[in-house]
Amino acid sequence: MLIKRKEFLQVGSLATASFMLPKFLKAFERPMMVPPGNKVVVVIQFSGGNDGLNTVIPVRNDIYYRERPRLAIAKDKALSLTADTGLNPALEVFKDLYDDGSLAIMNNVGYPNPDRSHFRSMDIWHSASESNEYINTGWLGRYLDAQCKGCDKPTQAMELDDVLSLALKGSANKGLAFKDPRKLYNTSNGRFIKDINSDHSYGEETIDYLYKTMSATLSSAEYIFKQSKIHPTAQIYPNTGLGKDLKTIASLIFSDINTKVYYVSLGSFDTHVNQDNQQKRLFTELNDAVKAFTADLKSNNRFDDVLMMTFSEFGRRVSQNASNGTDHGTANNMFFVSGGLKEKGILNAMPDLADLNEGDLKHTVDFKNVYATVLNKWLGADDKMILGSKFSYLDFI
Amino acid sequence: MNLRWVQSMISSEAQLREKMSLFWHGHFACRIQNSFFQQELLHIIRTHALGNFGDMLKAVSKSPAMLQFLNNQQNRKLKPNENFAREVMELFTMGRGNYTENDVKEAARAFTGWAFNAAGEFVFRKNQHDTGSKTFLGRTGNFDGDDILNILLEQKQTAQYISRKIYRYFVNEQVHEENQLWLGNRFYSNHYDILKLLEDIYTSDWFYDEKNIGTRIKSPVELLVGIRRLLPMQLENEQSQLLFQRALGQVLFFPPNVAGWPGGKNWIDSSSLMLRLRIPQVLSANDVLDIMPKPDDDVQMGMREIAAKKIKDTVKGGTAVIDWPAVNKIFEKTQREKLLEKIAASVLQTKGKVSNAVLDKYLNTASRENYIKSAVINLMSTPEYQLC
Repeated sequence: MLIKRKEFLQVGSLATASFMLPKFLKAFERPMMVPPGNKVVVVIQFSGGNDGLNTVIPVRNDIYYRERPRLAIAKDKALSLTADTGLNPALEVFKDLYDDGSLAIMNNVGYPNPDRSHFRSMDIWHSASESNEYINTGWLGRYLDAQCKGCDKPTQAMELDDVLSLALKGSANKGLAFKDPRKLYNTSNGRFIKDINSDHSYGEETIDYLYKTMSATLSSAEYIFKQSKIHPTAQIYPNTGLGKDLKTIASLIFSDINTKVYYVSLGSFDTHVNQDNQQKRLFTELNDAVKAFTADLKSNNRFDDVLMMTFSEFGRRVSQNASNGTDHGTANNMFFVSGGLKEKGILNAMPDLADLNEGDLKHTVDFKNVYATVLNKWLGADDKMILGSKFSYLDFI
Repeated sequence: MNLRWVQSMISSEAQLREKMSLFWHGHFACRIQNSFFQQELLHIIRTHALGNFGDMLKAVSKSPAMLQFLNNQQNRKLKPNENFAREVMELFTMGRGNYTENDVKEAARAFTGWAFNAAGEFVFRKNQHDTGSKTFLGRTGNFDGDDILNILLEQKQTAQYISRKIYRYFVNEQVHEENQLWLGNRFYSNHYDILKLLEDIYTSDWFYDEKNIGTRIKSPVELLVGIRRLLPMQLENEQSQLLFQRALGQVLFFPPNVAGWPGGKNWIDSSSLMLRLRIPQVLSANDVLDIMPKPDDDVQMGMREIAAKKIKDTVKGGTAVIDWPAVNKIFEKTQREKLLEKIAASVLQTKGKVSNAVLDKYLNTASRENYIKSAVINLMSTPEYQLC
C-alpha cells in the first residue's frame, strides 16, 4: 500500500519513538494506523427521557405487564438476553453485541432527589451536580480544562451538533460543536475573520478571551478538517443523522487526531403519546448506525479502545399513561459498548418494581460513579478534580 | 410573548427600564409552561424594575409563577417543601454561605400555606400553615412568610449581594471590592431604592474609567436587540428571532434554571461566537444560515423536528429587509473621510480597536450607500461588537 506524504507526516509525528525500528513500516498498514491503547469515549445522549423499561425489558415481571397493559413488550417479541430480561426488538445489534461480550448494561442509574424537568435534569447530568446545586460547567468541559492547559486547540472533546452542550463547557476551555468538518472549516475560513483575527494583538481580558476563542476555532477547524480527510472510513453508514455523525466520528478515530471524547445526541425520546412508533423509529436509527460503527471499529482494530456509552436525562414512569405513552420518571439504564469491557452483560439487578417512590424507580447507582469510572479507568484523568469529590469506581472497565 | 417583549426592547423610549427588566428577569428566573403566569411575573418585574427591591421581592414571592416553579404549592405544615425557602435565600437575597440548613428548614415552615388558587391569585391557606415558633437567622418568633422576607431585607448581606450582581451587570464582571461595598452600603441605607442605586453608579467617576468601558459580553438578547436598534428592519419571519435566541443560548422566559443565565464568558464558545459573527451577514443576506438548535423537550414534548424545521426553513436565505436609507440618514452630515470613524463610534462601544487597515480592505467603495452598509455590517461582525 502506498503511503501518501501527508499521511506519512501525520503518523510520523505520533510514531517517532518507533521510527528507527525496522518493523515500523508495519505500523503503516491500515489496521494499525493508530497504536493500540489510545482510548476514546463516544457518548450518545438519548434526549427527552428514554423509556428504560421498554429498552431492557423485565420479561417475567408481572408488575411490568400489569402496569403497562398496552405498552408492555411481550416476552416472545423481546430479544432474549437472560431468562428474565429481553431487549427492545429494534435493538438487534445490541443483542449481537451482548452475545459476543461487548455490551454491558447498568440498571437503575440516577441521582438523589431527581428532577422531572427535561432541562434541569439534563443540566444535572451534564454538570454532574447534585440536584440542588447549579454549576455552569460540564463534566467533559472540566475534563477538557484538565487536558488542554495552555494548549491552543481544545479538540480533546468535541460534539457533533450545531450548538454546544453544557456537558462540554469548561471554565477555561469549551469544546467544539460541529455537524460536519467541511462545513465547520468553510464557515471559519472567511478572509475577513482571518484578517481581524491575525490583526488583533492585545486588549483587555474579555476581548482577549473572544479573540482566543476565535483563533482556537480557526485552528481547530483546520486541524479537524485535515484529520477527517486522512482516513475517511470506507464503511457504509445509514443516511440518518446519527449514521452521518458516527461516520464522521469513525473517520476521526482512524486519524491521529488528539480527540478522546465524542458527544452526540439522538431524540426526542419524550414519548408521552404513541410511544411505540416513536421509540421504534429512534431505536432503528440507533441500531443501524451502531451496527455500521461497531463493524467499522472492528475491521480497523479499534473496537477494544473505543467505549460507547448511552444515557438519558431520566427514565419514564412505570405505569403507562392514558395516551399510549409514558410520563417523566427517574432512574434509567445505561449501555456500554466496547471490545475492551472487563465485565459484560447485565451488571446489576433489574429495577425492583415492587419498591417504588411514588410510582417511580429508585436509583441504585449514582451516575457520578459511572463518570468517575470512565474518567479514571478509561481516560486516565483525575476524576476527583473534575467531579469535585471522590466517587467510588465501578468494575465494568 | 417573547417577540412582543423583544419588540418593546427595540422600540421603547424607556431603555433603562427594559434593561433592568431583563436583569430582573434573569435574577428572578422562572421556567414554567403557564404563559399567563409568566406574563404576570414579567409585569411585576417591569413595574418594580426601577422601584424598590423589597417590594419586588415580596410581589415575586407571592406570584403564582414563582410559587409553582419553586413548589410552594406543595409546602404544607405536615410535609414541608424547602425549595422556595432555599432559593429565596440562595439566589434572590443573600447568596450561598450566609445561612444554615436549619435556617432553610425554619423558613420553609414559615412559608407553609403560601399558595395560589384556581384563578391564579395568591392565597394564604391558614390550615396548612405551621403557626409554631421558628428560629431564623438567630431570631425566634411565630414567623410567617412576610416576616422571613422582612428579616432577609434587614440583612446587610442582601443589599451587598444584589448590588454586587448589578455592579457586574452594569460596570464590570471583575468587581472592584471597595466600590462595590460602598454601593451596597448606599443601597441598604437607601432602603433598596433601585433607581438611587443606578444613580450612584452613573454618577461615580469610576463608572467612566477606561477599564470599565466595553468589557462586558452582551447577552444574546442584548446583541440581537442592539443590532435591530441600530438597523431598522423588517424581518421576513419574526420567529427567526427565536431560532437565534435558542442557538445562542438565551430564550426569554426559559432561563436554564432558577439561577438564571450564568452570563459573561459562559455565553461564548466556538459555535456561539461564530454564529454571533455571522448574524449581521445573515440579516443583510450575505450569508445563509442552516443550523438546528437543540431541542427543548420541556416545551416541545417530543415534537422537536417539526418545530425546528418550520423555523429552519424560514431562516435559509435572506431574512430581513434593512431600512438602509434610514441608516444613511444618520451619517448624512458626515464627510467621507470621517465616515468610517463615525460609523465605528456608533456601532462599537470600545474605541477604535478594530484596525482601519483591515476594515478598509473589505469596504465596498462603489457608492456612499454601499460604503456605509459594508462598514456597519463588518463592524458588527467583529468580536469587539460582542462587548458593551
